[in-house]
Amino acid sequence: MSDAAIEVRGLVKRFGGTAAVDGIDLTVPAGTVYGVLGPNGAGKTTTVKMLATLLRPDDGEARVFGRDVVREADAVRGLVAMTGQYASVDEDLTGQENLVLLGRLLGYSKKAAAARSELFLETLGLTAAARRQVKNYSGGMRRRLDIAASLLSVPQLLFLDEPTTGLDPRSRNQVWEIIRAIVDQGTTVLLTTQYLDEADQLASRIAVIDEGKVIAEGTKGELKASIGLGSVHVRLRDADRREQAAAILAETLAADIQRDADPVALTARVREQADAGGGPVSEMAAHQTGVALGELARAGIVVDAFSMGQPSLDEVFLALTDRPATTEEDAA
Amino acid sequence: MTAQDTAPSTTELKTPTSADLAQVFTTERPPRPSAWAASTTFGWRALLKIKHVPEQLFDVTLFPIMMTLMFTYLFGGALAGSPTDYLQFFLPGILVVSIVMITMYTGLAVNTDIEKGVFDRFRTLPIWRPAPMVGYLLGDGFRYLIASVVIVTMGLILGYRPAGGVTGVLAGVAVLLLFCFALSWIWTMFGLLLRSEKSVMGVSMMLIMPLSFLSSAYVDPSTMPNWLEAFVNVNPITFAVDSVRALMNGDWPGTDLLWLAILGAGLIAVFGAATMRLYNRK
Repeated sequence: MSDAAIEVRGLVKRFGGTAAVDGIDLTVPAGTVYGVLGPNGAGKTTTVKMLATLLRPDDGEARVFGRDVVREADAVRGLVAMTGQYASVDEDLTGQENLVLLGRLLGYSKKAAAARSELFLETLGLTAAARRQVKNYSGGMRRRLDIAASLLSVPQLLFLDEPTTGLDPRSRNQVWEIIRAIVDQGTTVLLTTQYLDEADQLASRIAVIDEGKVIAEGTKGELKASIGLGSVHVRLRDADRREQAAAILAETLAADIQRDADPVALTARVREQADAGGGPVSEMAAHQTGVALGELARAGIVVDAFSMGQPSLDEVFLALTDRPATTEEDAA
Repeated sequence: MTAQDTAPSTTELKTPTSADLAQVFTTERPPRPSAWAASTTFGWRALLKIKHVPEQLFDVTLFPIMMTLMFTYLFGGALAGSPTDYLQFFLPGILVVSIVMITMYTGLAVNTDIEKGVFDRFRTLPIWRPAPMVGYLLGDGFRYLIASVVIVTMGLILGYRPAGGVTGVLAGVAVLLLFCFALSWIWTMFGLLLRSEKSVMGVSMMLIMPLSFLSSAYVDPSTMPNWLEAFVNVNPITFAVDSVRALMNGDWPGTDLLWLAILGAGLIAVFGAATMRLYNRK
């Protein structure tokens, strides 16, 4: 068995004329959480579906623990489980019936399947809801049942496709706890997410995908270094002054300026300076931001709102996709 | 939703620790279920759905009663002199036609299910691939059995007296259920092929209406114009009606049964294969 849980080379999937996945390469080390970060429609789910043998790739190759997902699909199915974006449980059935059903399909006897379902319901804190139909579950409970259903077979590789989308913050934290506990058992997890902080919290390596392509890949540290330090958002009172404000921000922050769709909004992406060293860069950025606001005030430009923060997914994407091709905007 | 009051909210749910999971993560696994075991498990799922959503039994109870009453009294006097006389000929026919019509709901069930995430889970399991589809058909077999009991009981009340007795009626129903199993692969195919419930319903109706009316169920084909009789005589539903009618009358329809068996095998070979092709590609 190879060390990699997943090896993907040049994977392509087309729907009609458009390529949803357009030549993806990935290597996921066994026993880790690997984050696949991307916006809606980036090709995350399509990629996961191909790896889970739900979709046939149009081109390229994918192996799960050395088994080809097309030619050895059945062997792959014995190793993986998937919790999808939409609950992969039967809403008409109760939680207990869902797990017994899956237990039976895994080959457990009636008795063993019942015992195992009780055990997993208990472990995931669902015993009280075991005999209610899943359609009456809360979002968090549904996701738990979904995860229980995936764990029933003790998979070596677990696909979690946006496991916290639509959950409240509390349930989201609980799902994160559960994911950490799963990885502790040696299970490899491929996690797709739209949230940078989720990938940051859980994954050891992250691939950023956009329009069906991997646009960045590496450890969290490597990725953050390439994204930059954060962004400064400014809303002006007067749209006519935007160009002037952009020039001031560009100069004082040494940042790339992005003109948002909103005619009074500007975003400055603060980059790591070559001479800044490893240390107190963010402090310096904060200081520079103060200076920049002062400069705006001195020029008589009224700022209605201002915020500064960690890069959002949008900004990660702008930082990663803008760089070589669309620099003409910044050069203005 | 009164049940909600008693349930704990998500925030109170216990979150498992690594130690909790280590206890349930047993690595030894049972052998894979056989094709039959996997299929019957899916059949069990269909029965659970009936238990939770009993409204879906309307189409196997009220619909057959309505069909039987309607046509017995509508055609009875004109075609056979009296409804009771007509019923001796007509009951096996309406039994076949009603149940064949109900089979089309299988396509709807497949189509609505496929949209849900649970189907993706089934498709990532290492099980015999056709098992989920066969499971639907097994669950539906139970529904057809209910419908058969309803129609035959209705017939007996209205004055139907089968010459074949209990054995004949049971044999007739058994043949009908096997035929429906084979026929249903057409609907599973459409359920996977078509995009919406409405289109599944539309296409199924287009097929089922002419096939069920232009058969030997309602009237003797020898009374029809030649061109129509020719069509009726090759209609699969006619073979089913003639076989079931003969069995319930206490006769042995050897030739019809042979043709029906060949036809059934053909339906499974063609539409079963098409269904599985679509299922694997979905």
